[in-house]
Amino acid sequence: MSNRITTKLQEDKKLLSIYFTAGYPALNDTVQIIQDLEKNGVDMIEIGLPFSDPLADGPTIQESSTAALKNGMTTEIIFNQLKDIRKTVSIPLIIMGYFNPMLQYGVEAFCKKCQEIGIDGLIMPDLPLDVYKEDYEATFKKYGLINIFLITPQTSDARIRQIDDASNGFIYMVSSASVTGSKSGFGQEQENYFERIASMNLKNPQIVGFGIKDEETFKQATKTAKGAIIGSAFIKHLTANGTDKTAEFTKLIR
Amino acid sequence: MNYNADEKGYYGEFGGAFIPEMLYPNVEELRQNYLKLMYEDSFQKEFNQLLKDYVGRPSPLYFAKRLSEKHGCKIYLKREDLNHTGAHKINNTIGQILMAQKLGKTRIIAETGAGQHGVATATVCALMGMECIVYMGEIDIARQAPNVARMKMLGAEVRPAKSGSRTLKDATNEAIRDWINNPIDTHYIIGSAIGPHPYPDMVTRFQSIISEEIKWQLKEHEGRENPDYVVACIGGGSNAAGTYYHFLDQPEVGIIAVEAAGKGVNSGESAATSALGKVGIIHGCKTMLMQTTDGQITEPYSISAGLDYPGVGPMHSHLFKSGRAEFYSATDDEAMAAGLELSQLEGIIPAIETGHAFAIFEHKKFKKDDVVVISLSGRGDKDLNTYIDYFKLA
Repeated sequence: MSNRITTKLQEDKKLLSIYFTAGYPALNDTVQIIQDLEKNGVDMIEIGLPFSDPLADGPTIQESSTAALKNGMTTEIIFNQLKDIRKTVSIPLIIMGYFNPMLQYGVEAFCKKCQEIGIDGLIMPDLPLDVYKEDYEATFKKYGLINIFLITPQTSDARIRQIDDASNGFIYMVSSASVTGSKSGFGQEQENYFERIASMNLKNPQIVGFGIKDEETFKQATKTAKGAIIGSAFIKHLTANGTDKTAEFTKLIR
Repeated sequence: MNYNADEKGYYGEFGGAFIPEMLYPNVEELRQNYLKLMYEDSFQKEFNQLLKDYVGRPSPLYFAKRLSEKHGCKIYLKREDLNHTGAHKINNTIGQILMAQKLGKTRIIAETGAGQHGVATATVCALMGMECIVYMGEIDIARQAPNVARMKMLGAEVRPAKSGSRTLKDATNEAIRDWINNPIDTHYIIGSAIGPHPYPDMVTRFQSIISEEIKWQLKEHEGRENPDYVVACIGGGSNAAGTYYHFLDQPEVGIIAVEAAGKGVNSGESAATSALGKVGIIHGCKTMLMQTTDGQITEPYSISAGLDYPGVGPMHSHLFKSGRAEFYSATDDEAMAAGLELSQLEGIIPAIETGHAFAIFEHKKFKKDDVVVISLSGRGDKDLNTYIDYFKLA
């Protein structure tokens, strides 16, 4: 399967991926934020589909999600905002959200819409491996979508192998036992974990997320991994500086 | 039809474990061990001993003569309100604290709505000398002040959940986040028959002592084990699950659930999940759920903090969908009136949650010979302030 994510992963560089919550700070900021991120050298974008009960997220993303929903964001509106995105943006775009809104939209309808728009992959943290394989893998594949799974420092080697087998893009490597945005800096524990995963020689590259916020953490995370994802730190930047200072943020990373 | 969880935790189409990978090791450890551990002789012995000596079980099955005369049928009350800490919740927390010990956990977290589960968790943590953190919505902290004080006195830390509707749903989110942040030493004692598999099944099994006792107690009273109906109020549904458990496969026993209609099912301020919900995913399981068409979970309302939950346990969704159970809902006013009636006819002040079960007589007419067992799931001490305000008792 050829897809912008797999093509991007073949580039000989460490990838910077940015997450933001669609509909935040304002309802119609989505397209502008995506275009600015690409312009400033970001390699890949996770577009956050806001959810009322984001279990795996810390306060920053919770608050941006609540604000986005208050602004009136819905699945339909995001799809409408993105309908012409491929006329201006060519980097991989991933939708990241929780499974219930996707389920309510209809899994097949959701995937079809993603393909029409030019979305390359999905990250649904609460859609577990076994349910995905049994019920939804065929649909994701039919519409050319790469499903991205998470692993954590507590994930067993055997489980990582299963996830590697089921993956066809990259593995989202959660840096530490935490919700998003809660740890500051990486210690020995993360180093060991990064080394352990690197030594497993997985078929899919890994991109590290959770706890990346600046040049130092980006470098640490990408020493062995293919790239890193920044979420909460970028949302904090948007909250503090608005949507027109993206360059200032990306310059701090690399 | 099978009304219990299958191996993957499904009740028909409901249940399962829709959890982020961060929770997988903990939930999987529990899934692999819970049945084996809880049916070990040593576990059963310790569990039953504590239920007897510490909780005060068996709880009486009481024939409510005056209430029966009033409503023209034979009403028995299963007195879970007489348990230590004042509700059925402790049956489950005793079981889960033993489970946590077997799994080598040292730190306990819990969510609570009305505070009954929080108190029951704080109690067993004090009993076992374990660290205890209870998440509780900010709004519930305000309306259930006596239970907050009890938890603190028992040595628990009560952490306010400040996001969303600041009630039970949000307290549950915070507890789940805590578990993600503390994956090694912590056990999460979920208080209702909700959450990812194996929680609904495990909680149901620990609560099933309620229907186990009803069977032999009713035999003593009536010469038969099976009543014509069992009635329970439902928020997440743990007291209901325990009350129904041993009758699920007895088709002659009618199963009745009473949800909280708040200010009216269609008022926009309600927690009547079976009437208003659609299949969705909340707190790790697929179940009936109050949500927008866009899949955002809506904020429920009930005068009773313990029923103020936008979902219902997956077992109950299955009982509803399959038609095995009859579902009704009672408004705030009906539940309060039923609580007052029980107080004045039987000298028992129920929890407001429990008042909803007694409002069944507003909705269903029983026959004269019908034996109706109602789960008196909790006592009303914690709700005195709400009763005072509502009935102008001060």
